[in-house]
Amino acid sequence: MAMNGEITRDNYKAYVFEKMPKSSHWKNMIWAFLIGGTICAIGQGFIFLYSIWFSTQDASVLASATLVFIAAMLTGFGVYDKIGRFAGAGSTIPITGFSNAVVSPALEFRAEGYIYGVGAKMFLVAGPVIVNGVTVSVIIALLTLLFGG
Amino acid sequence: MDMFLMFVKAFVIGGAICLIGQIIINFTHLTNGKILVLFLVIGAVLEAFGWYGKLVKFAGAGASVPISGFGYALVHGAVQAAKQDGVYGALSGGLAACAMGVSIAIVSGYIVAVLFHPHTKKN
Repeated sequence: MAMNGEITRDNYKAYVFEKMPKSSHWKNMIWAFLIGGTICAIGQGFIFLYSIWFSTQDASVLASATLVFIAAMLTGFGVYDKIGRFAGAGSTIPITGFSNAVVSPALEFRAEGYIYGVGAKMFLVAGPVIVNGVTVSVIIALLTLLFGG
Repeated sequence: MDMFLMFVKAFVIGGAICLIGQIIINFTHLTNGKILVLFLVIGAVLEAFGWYGKLVKFAGAGASVPISGFGYALVHGAVQAAKQDGVYGALSGGLAACAMGVSIAIVSGYIVAVLFHPHTKKN
Protein backbone atom coordinates (compact mmCIF):
# COMPACT_ATOMS: atom_id res chain seq x y z
CA MET A 1 0.00 0.00 0.00
CA ALA A 2 1.48 3.32 -1.02
CA MET A 3 0.77 6.48 0.87
CA ASN A 4 -1.45 8.09 -1.73
CA GLY A 5 -4.72 9.83 -1.04
CA GLU A 6 -5.89 10.88 2.36
CA ILE A 7 -4.00 9.81 5.43
CA THR A 8 -6.29 8.48 8.09
CA ARG A 9 -5.38 6.98 11.40
CA ASP A 10 -6.17 3.48 10.15
CA ASN A 11 -4.36 3.50 6.85
CA TYR A 12 -1.36 5.16 8.46
CA LYS A 13 -1.16 2.32 10.97
CA ALA A 14 -1.28 -0.21 8.12
CA TYR A 15 1.39 1.78 6.29
CA VAL A 16 3.74 1.77 9.27
CA PHE A 17 3.05 -1.90 9.82
CA GLU A 18 4.08 -2.62 6.23
CA LYS A 19 7.25 -0.52 6.39
CA MET A 20 8.41 -1.96 9.72
CA PRO A 21 11.53 -4.08 9.41
CA LYS A 22 10.37 -7.67 9.38
CA SER A 23 12.28 -9.68 11.89
CA SER A 24 11.81 -13.37 11.71
CA HIS A 25 9.02 -14.57 13.98
CA TRP A 26 10.78 -17.86 14.58
CA LYS A 27 14.05 -16.24 15.57
CA ASN A 28 12.18 -13.88 17.94
CA MET A 29 10.37 -16.75 19.57
CA ILE A 30 13.49 -18.84 20.09
CA TRP A 31 15.35 -15.89 21.65
CA ALA A 32 12.37 -15.08 23.90
CA PHE A 33 12.29 -18.69 25.09
CA LEU A 34 16.03 -18.91 25.70
CA ILE A 35 16.49 -15.56 27.45
CA GLY A 36 13.26 -15.83 29.44
CA GLY A 37 14.16 -19.34 30.50
CA THR A 38 17.69 -18.29 31.46
CA ILE A 39 16.44 -15.41 33.64
CA CYS A 40 14.04 -17.79 35.41
CA ALA A 41 16.81 -20.38 35.88
CA ILE A 42 19.03 -17.69 37.44
CA GLY A 43 16.08 -16.82 39.70
CA GLN A 44 15.86 -20.48 40.67
CA GLY A 45 19.55 -20.38 41.56
CA PHE A 46 18.89 -17.47 43.93
CA ILE A 47 15.93 -19.35 45.45
CA PHE A 48 18.24 -22.28 46.23
CA LEU A 49 20.84 -19.91 47.65
CA TYR A 50 18.38 -18.04 49.91
CA SER A 51 16.69 -21.32 50.94
CA ILE A 52 19.81 -21.98 53.03
CA TRP A 53 18.75 -19.20 55.42
CA PHE A 54 15.04 -18.57 54.75
CA SER A 55 11.76 -20.43 54.13
CA THR A 56 10.93 -21.28 50.50
CA GLN A 57 8.37 -18.48 50.24
CA ASP A 58 10.73 -15.84 51.65
CA ALA A 59 13.52 -17.18 49.45
CA SER A 60 11.28 -16.77 46.40
CA VAL A 61 10.50 -13.13 47.30
CA LEU A 62 14.17 -12.39 47.94
CA ALA A 63 15.18 -14.04 44.66
CA SER A 64 12.77 -11.84 42.70
CA ALA A 65 14.01 -8.77 44.60
CA THR A 66 17.60 -9.70 43.71
CA LEU A 67 16.70 -10.02 40.03
CA VAL A 68 14.97 -6.63 40.18
CA PHE A 69 18.10 -5.04 41.64
CA ILE A 70 20.45 -6.68 39.11
CA ALA A 71 18.20 -5.63 36.22
CA ALA A 72 18.12 -2.05 37.56
CA MET A 73 21.93 -1.93 37.56
CA LEU A 74 22.14 -3.50 34.09
CA THR A 75 19.67 -0.87 32.88
CA GLY A 76 21.92 1.81 34.35
CA PHE A 77 24.87 0.43 32.39
CA GLY A 78 22.71 0.23 29.25
CA VAL A 79 23.16 -3.52 29.02
CA TYR A 80 19.54 -4.55 29.62
CA ASP A 81 18.23 -2.64 26.63
CA LYS A 82 20.83 -4.34 24.46
CA ILE A 83 19.58 -7.74 25.62
CA GLY A 84 16.01 -6.58 25.06
CA ARG A 85 16.68 -5.76 21.45
CA PHE A 86 16.85 -9.41 20.48
CA ALA A 87 15.20 -11.09 23.49
CA GLY A 88 11.85 -9.33 23.06
CA ALA A 89 9.29 -10.78 25.46
CA GLY A 90 12.08 -12.89 26.98
CA SER A 91 13.38 -9.74 28.66
CA THR A 92 10.02 -7.94 29.07
CA ILE A 93 7.90 -10.53 30.84
CA PRO A 94 10.26 -11.63 33.65
CA ILE A 95 10.22 -9.37 36.74
CA THR A 96 13.50 -7.94 35.41
CA GLY A 97 11.48 -6.37 32.58
CA PHE A 98 9.29 -4.65 35.18
CA SER A 99 12.44 -3.35 36.85
CA ASN A 100 13.73 -2.12 33.49
CA ALA A 101 10.39 -0.38 32.89
CA VAL A 102 10.78 1.46 36.22
CA VAL A 103 14.45 2.39 35.94
CA SER A 104 14.63 3.27 32.26
CA PRO A 105 12.23 6.27 32.32
CA ALA A 106 13.59 7.33 35.72
CA LEU A 107 17.00 7.68 34.12
CA GLU A 108 15.68 9.12 30.89
CA PHE A 109 13.69 11.93 32.55
CA ARG A 110 16.22 12.92 35.20
CA ALA A 111 16.73 16.17 33.31
CA GLU A 112 13.18 17.15 34.33
CA GLY A 113 14.16 17.02 37.97
CA TYR A 114 13.87 14.54 40.80
CA ILE A 115 10.25 15.28 41.67
CA TYR A 116 8.39 15.47 38.35
CA GLY A 117 11.10 13.81 36.28
CA VAL A 118 12.39 10.79 38.16
CA GLY A 119 9.55 10.58 40.67
CA ALA A 120 6.68 10.73 38.21
CA LYS A 121 8.08 9.10 35.07
CA MET A 122 9.26 6.08 37.06
CA PHE A 123 5.63 4.96 37.08
CA LEU A 124 4.98 5.28 33.36
CA VAL A 125 4.76 1.50 33.04
CA ALA A 126 4.93 0.47 36.69
CA GLY A 127 1.85 2.60 37.41
CA PRO A 128 -0.51 0.70 35.11
CA VAL A 129 0.97 -2.59 36.34
CA ILE A 130 0.49 -1.78 40.03
CA VAL A 131 -2.91 -0.11 39.56
CA ASN A 132 -4.34 -3.04 37.61
CA GLY A 133 -2.67 -5.64 39.80
CA VAL A 134 -3.89 -4.14 43.07
CA THR A 135 -7.42 -3.58 41.74
CA VAL A 136 -7.74 -7.15 40.45
CA SER A 137 -6.25 -8.65 43.62
CA VAL A 138 -8.57 -6.69 45.94
CA ILE A 139 -11.62 -7.64 43.87
CA ILE A 140 -10.62 -11.31 43.86
CA ALA A 141 -9.95 -11.28 47.61
CA LEU A 142 -13.32 -9.64 48.33
CA LEU A 143 -15.10 -12.15 46.08
CA THR A 144 -13.31 -14.97 47.89
CA LEU A 145 -14.57 -13.54 51.19
CA LEU A 146 -18.12 -13.26 49.86
CA PHE A 147 -18.32 -16.72 48.37
CA GLY A 148 -15.93 -18.40 50.80
CA GLY A 149 -13.61 -19.66 48.00
CA MET B 1 19.70 -34.36 40.74
CA ASP B 2 16.57 -32.89 42.27
CA MET B 3 18.18 -29.51 42.10
CA PHE B 4 19.13 -29.99 38.44
CA LEU B 5 15.57 -31.02 37.57
CA MET B 6 14.26 -27.86 39.27
CA PHE B 7 16.59 -25.72 37.12
CA VAL B 8 15.31 -27.46 33.99
CA LYS B 9 11.67 -26.96 35.04
CA ALA B 10 12.28 -23.28 35.84
CA PHE B 11 14.00 -22.80 32.47
CA VAL B 12 11.34 -24.58 30.42
CA ILE B 13 8.25 -23.10 32.11
CA GLY B 14 9.74 -19.60 32.37
CA GLY B 15 10.86 -19.80 28.76
CA ALA B 16 7.45 -21.06 27.67
CA ILE B 17 5.64 -18.14 29.37
CA CYS B 18 7.96 -15.67 27.59
CA LEU B 19 7.46 -17.58 24.33
CA ILE B 20 3.68 -17.15 24.64
CA GLY B 21 4.26 -13.45 25.24
CA GLN B 22 6.49 -13.19 22.17
CA ILE B 23 3.87 -14.93 20.02
CA ILE B 24 1.25 -12.43 21.22
CA ILE B 25 3.64 -9.53 20.46
CA ASN B 26 4.44 -10.91 17.01
CA PHE B 27 0.80 -11.04 16.02
CA THR B 28 -0.68 -8.02 17.81
CA HIS B 29 2.27 -5.59 18.25
CA LEU B 30 1.13 -4.78 21.79
CA THR B 31 3.45 -2.39 23.62
CA ASN B 32 5.56 -3.59 26.55
CA GLY B 33 3.31 -1.97 29.14
CA LYS B 34 0.21 -3.68 27.79
CA ILE B 35 1.98 -7.05 27.65
CA LEU B 36 3.08 -6.66 31.27
CA VAL B 37 -0.45 -5.76 32.42
CA LEU B 38 -1.95 -8.60 30.35
CA PHE B 39 0.31 -11.25 31.89
CA LEU B 40 -0.08 -9.78 35.36
CA VAL B 41 -3.87 -10.04 35.12
CA ILE B 42 -3.66 -13.57 33.66
CA GLY B 43 -1.51 -14.67 36.60
CA ALA B 44 -3.88 -12.98 39.06
CA VAL B 45 -7.01 -14.55 37.59
CA LEU B 46 -5.41 -18.02 37.41
CA GLU B 47 -4.53 -17.68 41.11
CA ALA B 48 -8.15 -16.79 41.89
CA PHE B 49 -8.83 -20.47 41.16
CA GLY B 50 -5.62 -21.55 42.90
CA TRP B 51 -4.08 -22.80 39.65
CA TYR B 52 -1.05 -20.53 39.43
CA GLY B 53 0.08 -21.59 42.89
CA LYS B 54 0.30 -25.15 41.60
CA LEU B 55 2.48 -24.00 38.72
CA VAL B 56 4.74 -22.16 41.19
CA LYS B 57 5.08 -25.33 43.26
CA PHE B 58 5.97 -27.28 40.12
CA ALA B 59 8.30 -24.86 38.34
CA GLY B 60 9.58 -22.57 41.15
CA ALA B 61 11.17 -19.47 39.69
CA GLY B 62 9.91 -20.50 36.23
CA ALA B 63 6.46 -19.40 37.39
CA SER B 64 7.28 -16.81 40.08
CA VAL B 65 9.80 -14.71 38.11
CA PRO B 66 7.60 -13.85 35.09
CA ILE B 67 5.30 -10.87 35.73
CA SER B 68 2.35 -13.30 35.98
CA GLY B 69 4.04 -14.42 39.20
CA PHE B 70 3.69 -10.85 40.46
CA GLY B 71 -0.06 -11.05 39.82
CA TYR B 72 -0.08 -14.41 41.57
CA ALA B 73 1.74 -12.98 44.61
CA LEU B 74 -0.72 -10.05 44.82
CA VAL B 75 -3.79 -12.29 44.75
CA HIS B 76 -2.24 -14.99 46.94
CA GLY B 77 -1.30 -12.38 49.58
CA ALA B 78 -4.69 -10.66 49.43
CA VAL B 79 -6.70 -13.90 49.66
CA GLN B 80 -4.57 -15.33 52.48
CA ALA B 81 -4.86 -12.10 54.48
CA ALA B 82 -8.59 -11.87 53.73
CA LYS B 83 -9.11 -15.34 55.18
CA GLN B 84 -7.39 -14.17 58.35
CA ASP B 85 -8.51 -10.56 58.78
CA GLY B 86 -11.52 -10.20 56.49
CA VAL B 87 -11.92 -6.98 54.52
CA TYR B 88 -8.88 -5.43 56.24
CA GLY B 89 -6.73 -8.28 54.93
CA ALA B 90 -8.26 -8.18 51.44
CA LEU B 91 -7.20 -4.55 51.15
CA SER B 92 -3.73 -4.84 52.68
CA GLY B 93 -2.50 -8.36 51.94
CA GLY B 94 -1.75 -8.01 48.23
CA LEU B 95 0.54 -5.02 48.41
CA ALA B 96 2.14 -6.36 51.60
CA ALA B 97 3.13 -9.53 49.74
CA CYS B 98 4.73 -7.54 46.92
CA ALA B 99 6.11 -4.69 49.01
CA MET B 100 9.71 -5.86 48.73
CA GLY B 101 9.77 -6.19 44.93
CA VAL B 102 8.11 -2.81 44.41
CA SER B 103 10.29 -1.04 46.98
CA ILE B 104 13.50 -2.49 45.55
CA ALA B 105 12.44 -1.43 42.04
CA ILE B 106 11.68 2.13 43.20
CA VAL B 107 14.79 2.56 45.34
CA SER B 108 17.17 1.07 42.78
CA GLY B 109 15.43 3.15 40.11
CA TYR B 110 16.21 6.25 42.12
CA ILE B 111 19.80 5.20 42.75
CA VAL B 112 20.37 4.46 39.06
CA ALA B 113 18.81 7.77 38.04
CA VAL B 114 21.18 9.62 40.38
CA LEU B 115 24.34 7.67 39.54
CA PHE B 116 24.10 6.93 35.83
CA HIS B 117 23.74 8.94 32.66
CA PRO B 118 20.98 8.19 30.18
CA HIS B 119 22.03 6.03 27.25
CA THR B 120 20.61 7.41 24.09
CA LYS B 121 18.82 4.65 22.26
CA LYS B 122 20.51 3.82 18.99
CA ASN B 123 18.09 1.97 16.80
